[in-house]
Amino acid sequence: MKERLKVLKTYKQFIGGEFPRSESGRTYVLLDPRQRPIANVCLSSRKDFREAVVRARAAFDGWSARSGYLRGQILYRLAELVEDRRELFIRELRQQGATVAAARRETEQTIDLLIHYAGWGDKYPQLFSTVNPVASPHFVFSVPEPVGVVALIAPQGGALLGLVSALGPILIGGNACVAIASEKQPLSSITFAEVCAAGDVPPGVVAILTGHRRELLPHVAGHMDVDAVVYGGDDREEWKTIQSEASRNVKRAIRPAADSRTLYRIMDTQEVKTIWHPVGF
Amino acid sequence: MSTTTTAKPAELPPWAYAPAPESTDPGIRARYDLFVNGEFVPAANGGYRTLVDPASERPLCEVAEGGAADIDRAVKAARRAYANVWSRMPALERGKYVFRIARLLQERAREFAVAESRNGGKPIRESRDTDVPLACAHFFHYAGWADKLDVAFPGMRARPLGVCGQVIPWNFPLLMAAWKLAPALVTGNTCVLKTAETTPVTALKLAEILQTAGLPPGVVNIVPGGRETGRALVEHRGVDKIAFTGSTAVGKWIMKALAGTGRKYTLELGGKAANIVFEDAAIDQAVEGIVNAIFFNQGHVCCAGSRLLVQESVAATLIQKLRRRMGSLIVGDPLDKNTDVGAINSKEQLEKIEKYLAIGVDEGAELWQSDGALPAKGYYCRPTLFTNVSQSHRIAQEEIFGPVLAIQTFRTAEEAVAKANNTPYGLSGGVWTDKGAKIHKVARQIRAGVIWANTFNKFDPSSPFGGYKESGMGREGGWHGLMPYVQLETA
Amino acid sequence: MDSADGRTVAGLERTTFPSHPVDAVGVEERVARLQARSVKKQSKVAVLELALSMLDLTTLEGSDSPGKVRQLCAKAMHVHDGLPSLPRVAAVCVYPTLVRVAHEALRGSGIKVAAVATAFPSGQADRETKLRDTHFAIEEGADEIDMVISRGEFLEGNDSYVRDEIAEIKSICGPITLKVILETGELGTLDRIRQASDLALAAGADFIKTSTGKIQPAATPAAVLVMMEAIRDHHERTGQARGLKAAGGIRTAKQAVQYLVMLAETLGPAWLTPDRFRLGASTLANDIVMQIAKESDGVYQSANYFSQA
Repeated sequence: MKERLKVLKTYKQFIGGEFPRSESGRTYVLLDPRQRPIANVCLSSRKDFREAVVRARAAFDGWSARSGYLRGQILYRLAELVEDRRELFIRELRQQGATVAAARRETEQTIDLLIHYAGWGDKYPQLFSTVNPVASPHFVFSVPEPVGVVALIAPQGGALLGLVSALGPILIGGNACVAIASEKQPLSSITFAEVCAAGDVPPGVVAILTGHRRELLPHVAGHMDVDAVVYGGDDREEWKTIQSEASRNVKRAIRPAADSRTLYRIMDTQEVKTIWHPVGF
Repeated sequence: MSTTTTAKPAELPPWAYAPAPESTDPGIRARYDLFVNGEFVPAANGGYRTLVDPASERPLCEVAEGGAADIDRAVKAARRAYANVWSRMPALERGKYVFRIARLLQERAREFAVAESRNGGKPIRESRDTDVPLACAHFFHYAGWADKLDVAFPGMRARPLGVCGQVIPWNFPLLMAAWKLAPALVTGNTCVLKTAETTPVTALKLAEILQTAGLPPGVVNIVPGGRETGRALVEHRGVDKIAFTGSTAVGKWIMKALAGTGRKYTLELGGKAANIVFEDAAIDQAVEGIVNAIFFNQGHVCCAGSRLLVQESVAATLIQKLRRRMGSLIVGDPLDKNTDVGAINSKEQLEKIEKYLAIGVDEGAELWQSDGALPAKGYYCRPTLFTNVSQSHRIAQEEIFGPVLAIQTFRTAEEAVAKANNTPYGLSGGVWTDKGAKIHKVARQIRAGVIWANTFNKFDPSSPFGGYKESGMGREGGWHGLMPYVQLETA
Repeated sequence: MDSADGRTVAGLERTTFPSHPVDAVGVEERVARLQARSVKKQSKVAVLELALSMLDLTTLEGSDSPGKVRQLCAKAMHVHDGLPSLPRVAAVCVYPTLVRVAHEALRGSGIKVAAVATAFPSGQADRETKLRDTHFAIEEGADEIDMVISRGEFLEGNDSYVRDEIAEIKSICGPITLKVILETGELGTLDRIRQASDLALAAGADFIKTSTGKIQPAATPAAVLVMMEAIRDHHERTGQARGLKAAGGIRTAKQAVQYLVMLAETLGPAWLTPDRFRLGASTLANDIVMQIAKESDGVYQSANYFSQA
């Protein structure tokens, strides 16, 4: 009695709300800890990144104009969907080398972190806005505003949690994000992209590319229409490259500390705007 | 009784909207018990009050009412739940319960909206579009604070107070329940909620949602009842904090009752807000804002714009536009989707309002009401405005809590501000002008907790709400709304 | 101060009318509240039939031909014979060169012929050309003229130029109904729309009309509400009852019903007549008729059963 043949999953990029293959047509083979092939993963090219930025830029205005409350609702929905796909995420993490216990823990922490960031949407402005007590008859207030299109270099380890803990603050703050997933553990990122597509994330707000980090880095960090780059890795050379290339358009180069509080991570990708208005008849 | 000026014919379409009843089943039980320790239990005295649907004057359902013994049971249940379960739970888990409540309420939104209208008389359009969505949003917003208290107050640790006794009014029953429960729960407190005598239904339906959400027993207890029930709760020594929304008179009683006890309280009381319309206002939108300010929820709103101060140069135009707009307000069956003004909550309240209409006429003010049929049965009051009102008139000073607007004119901004502030109340106010600087200036001068500029009756769970002076103390909503439910200690 | 060609010196005569500030957020809230009205059952059929009687069936394409116009007129006279008691539409709206064809095709039906004129849709032509254009349309047999205002002049602040232009066209029209297209989508703000409305009404427009239908956005509920308020205030001030035509982007019966609710609650029952309100549209008729059919049949309809123009 022959066992039923399973259909193997194709892991594609997530750009503009769709799942295209790389325009370069390239892939790389993902191996499990025992060097057995798991899947062919797209080797994203700089043109893929360019396209993702175009879509992100187009999506940014609408995303940032939504209320913090609504963005929070969307992130909560993502938590619901990850919870719903628990077993899938756990299995993929195990495929990529985690133990059962670690995979379960990572999945649950991811869900809880999404809920946590969902809750910040309509709150962080209250903690970071001010009314400034100027000495002239003016009403002067300062508010945070999202910086714009943020490129994210996700950490290499922590396939799921690493991505989401970096993506969460960027999204809830109203930015659009193009993420370069972990090269060694990309599967969870793509499955998370499926969650974004199934949830109410507007197309283009989140993009997830998979590829050789070293190859993509200068193009990411040097792109003139990216407003900030968040580096989740720990390689000094990579960080130096990012900081140097970022100077081209004065994009913000951010390297969050491992122990930074979630509220302050949100502020990493926020600008501050101050508005003056006379008070009088 | 009244000296009515000649009214323009009602500006209603000739086809007159055919009845458009909302038909969703509100799921109102024939009989409700108290909700204590996670279960529905009869009151100790075994009795039930019959609730009346104010639109039809017919019986709606029966509800048990708690006495002192029931309050005691509820407080003890809340205390046990606090000590053994709720205060030991990780913060995010508390938040997740409240997220669940928000979601479940969203899913049953229409059912709750119909129930609210049946019980209280407000139009289905309002309960559907305002009350229920805001209640959901309130739970959703506060759920997100649960695991963030460690950064909300820099340098300070926010500890819960313990057991909160919460007393809510009949004008926004579900919404007030949300405003009270949400911040209390996420800051780690447990609750005993005393609903208003005439409107416990949606809170008791909410109890069903609490059960479905799996909220641990005793974390929230709901005890319907009247004045005596409320008194028992306020006076109970096992309660750490009282939150009250209702009349100023009762608020003052609470302050006295708690004096010297060390127990904390916040109060959200009455108001007599003035809407100030300047000559450079966007007049047509100001008319809409005035109508919203005083006829929303039949004027049963503590922050209603029950006074209108209009600059003399535009007074005649404004009042004429106002009358015309009032002519298209539909007073009728709360469950009809086209109804703008529903039923007055109770016979008692209708009598109070009618008493003020008579007072206004006696005082020399000029009464005007729009035309239009009223339903044959039910407690209804036509939208009313008084002109020729002076500051000394009782209708300009006392809270009527009905669809009655008192109109005065002013000449200068200083005069408007002075009149607006000349009241023991200080809950809200409105400013209408196209000039930004004037908005800021006037807003800073009005002594009230919420100022609406070029808008009115806007609420958001993130936005603090509460009064100055005799309109109460403490704020609900947003970060400020956490403070009444925590004690801050240096970290 | 006027110069020789009738234009004012820019900036000196900015606002002829007291400014009437409009708060856009407030307007949208009023619109939302009106859109929450529920028009059901017998009300709905009555409203839909009323909407049908207010239709200006329109074809204004560069590719229009006598054949196309005749087909449109045939549709106007037989919107859906399967529902015999339908009211007739108000008018057919065409370019001046096709007025004669339309006039012939509609003879005896009672349906009016409206012609666009004054260098429609852009209005970018000199006064002479616009006057000639209008004369021509009237000579060809137009019952109504839909003119466009000079938006460039208006936005530059030349109120009196715009006003004079309307007045001149109206004097040529005489008793013929003049509808003045403000092109609300180009005016930028609701304040401007109000200002243009007040100006056009004072200059003698019989109807003020939202759009040419050639740009986005065309008619929007917010623009229409502001224009209705202008008509209402004009009536209060002068006793003159003027009309409104909402045109462009109105495709569904639902939109038509919403505009009629807005009309009834803003201007009152006296305005619920084709003499004071029109809907300019090309495909709206079928959606209205399908909704009417649904009310009597009880089932949702298919476009296959309703003739195209």
